[in-house]
Amino acid sequence: MQLVLYDGSWLGFFSAIFEIYEYKIADPLISGREAEIGSIFSSSHKVHTDETKSNRVINKLRQKLSPVGFSLLYKTFLSEEKEIENVMFRFIRYALSSKNSIENNYADPDVLILQQVSRKVHREKHRMEAFVRFQLTKDQLYYAVIQPDYNVLPLIMKHFKDRYADQRWLIYDVVRKYGFYYDLHKVSEVSIDFNFDSNDESSLAGIYNEEENLYQVLWKQYFKSVNIAARKNTRLHIQHMPKRYWKYLIEKK
Amino acid sequence: MNTDRITEKLSILADAAKYDVSCSSSGSKRKNVNKGLGTTGNGICHAYTEDGRCVSLLKILLTNVCIFDCAYCVSRKSNDIKRAAFTVQEVVDLTINFYRRNYIEGLFISSGIFTNADYTMERLVLIAKKLRIEHKFNGYIHIKTIPGASEEIIKEAGLYADRLSINVEMPTEKSLALLAPDKKRIDMIEPMKIVKQAIIENQEAKKLFKNAPLFAPAGQSTQMVIGATPETDLEILYLANGFYKKMNMRRVYYSGYVPVSNDNRLPAIGTPVPMVRENRLYQADWLLRFYGFEVHEIVDKSNPHLDMDIDPKLGWALKNLHVFPIDVNIADYKLILRVPGIGVQNAKKIVAARKYTAVGFSHLKKMGISINRARYFIKAGNEYETKDWQPSEIKHSILSEGASKYKPNFSSQIPLF
Repeated sequence: MQLVLYDGSWLGFFSAIFEIYEYKIADPLISGREAEIGSIFSSSHKVHTDETKSNRVINKLRQKLSPVGFSLLYKTFLSEEKEIENVMFRFIRYALSSKNSIENNYADPDVLILQQVSRKVHREKHRMEAFVRFQLTKDQLYYAVIQPDYNVLPLIMKHFKDRYADQRWLIYDVVRKYGFYYDLHKVSEVSIDFNFDSNDESSLAGIYNEEENLYQVLWKQYFKSVNIAARKNTRLHIQHMPKRYWKYLIEKK
Repeated sequence: MNTDRITEKLSILADAAKYDVSCSSSGSKRKNVNKGLGTTGNGICHAYTEDGRCVSLLKILLTNVCIFDCAYCVSRKSNDIKRAAFTVQEVVDLTINFYRRNYIEGLFISSGIFTNADYTMERLVLIAKKLRIEHKFNGYIHIKTIPGASEEIIKEAGLYADRLSINVEMPTEKSLALLAPDKKRIDMIEPMKIVKQAIIENQEAKKLFKNAPLFAPAGQSTQMVIGATPETDLEILYLANGFYKKMNMRRVYYSGYVPVSNDNRLPAIGTPVPMVRENRLYQADWLLRFYGFEVHEIVDKSNPHLDMDIDPKLGWALKNLHVFPIDVNIADYKLILRVPGIGVQNAKKIVAARKYTAVGFSHLKKMGISINRARYFIKAGNEYETKDWQPSEIKHSILSEGASKYKPNFSSQIPLF
């Protein structure tokens, strides 16, 4: 078994795939995080991200997979699950070696894992589209802080750009310490060390728009009023709105 | 805006609107053009209330003042409650400000009837028009059609709304006459016909002119209260089926009656909400819409009620054991859909996977199919149940596996068997 180390980026991953084929590495173990693996391996192959190499793999895969099939890879990658790159590699190897499309072979264990993991990431994406709560600042910026289980920010960007085309917004992932900012024209990545805690009222009091509090009060009231007490179903409530998200939900905090 | 006053109004008018169960915000594909505000897509539930229901729309009444006296309705004229009314501008401001903060997908506006049907409906349409035109709003708008509103105003509503709905309220005319003496079924059926016709005409126009304006792109829906009156599931499901087939309804909602009145025509306050029955009706509804079942396969004259302890799909399978077992490797997709424990997604997966390889029980299990439920009805290669199970044994075995959270309620439903 040979350790193949890449820089942890999406393009870097495909450079790693390219080099596995290029150097005929028979039994690779791919990792984007050197520290986690330790030094049980005597030799490791270090991959330098090379866009040309990456694009050759990507283009080949686009011929072998439908757009949906290719997005399975991207979503699975964003799961950041441990050693998931190795499942992705086996999936890619299977796709490249097969004449027909393989992405829907649910009977293959690696295809099934990609289908399942990408599904989980997709659900998290959908939850973030639901659970982002913007707060309006004095300078007319709608900002939101999120803490998603997976790195779904790149997946939700388009939704917010299309929907909120006429307002400036910023969505910041506190776990991964980066965000996306929309300036009414384009979305750009920001990685400022954004150190405010949305639960710390004192640090925020000064930056709110004067109407912000009113709408938060109204939203909380609405949330309370639409509940039908005679139908109380706490289990279902928590199943749909898991507690780990409450911290950033106006109506639940 | 006076914070306390507007908060109080919102609490009254949201509280009164919540018995309308529709919260759908899908079925419309409104794009954001010219840097306006909002898009409409597959629908997003932004929150879930403590009763586990989705909050997708700002669902409010314009006013809970009402000239009608429908016994099952909390806003009925004779009910001694606080009354309130929003102004058109207040509803617009609430919608826009909630939407911009990503709280909601849009607005579901309904109202008690004041002055007359057209006057009320005009106000609702005005709200939608302001949102669409002044605020370039492309979020979802659901307008409740007021019974008895004129064709002209209904047609105008469809130009701004994604969905129009009018509630049939009661499964039979008799119950309607008993509980809602001011309402006539014809006043609900006529608007449905108008909307249906306008949608068909709009689709024709769209084929000819790409720029033809949208008309209620998310279609129409309706709702009936169940458990307040003695109708059977047979009556309820045949009515629903008629709405799907003849009115092109997108959805029929079943609202388990929540006791809101001491009126002796109705179940007393404190009677449990018939949630299991409501759930079984929705399951039957899904069988009609997504599983290729005909209504007579689910209920008939000798079995006018759905089983409360098992779902209608399992119920059908147990009555039709001669159809099974089916071989998942060769059976038609439509037949696989009829297997208890296999849903639409999983049926599709099976059909996709069997192109590559013979599918076995272990594959099915990994795909997430409930083998404990499905195993009595399928075979996969040479894997199948060898014992000759009787329907009652299968039912007993499946029921003994999971404890339904509803179990204590099975005996307290209003019309049981």
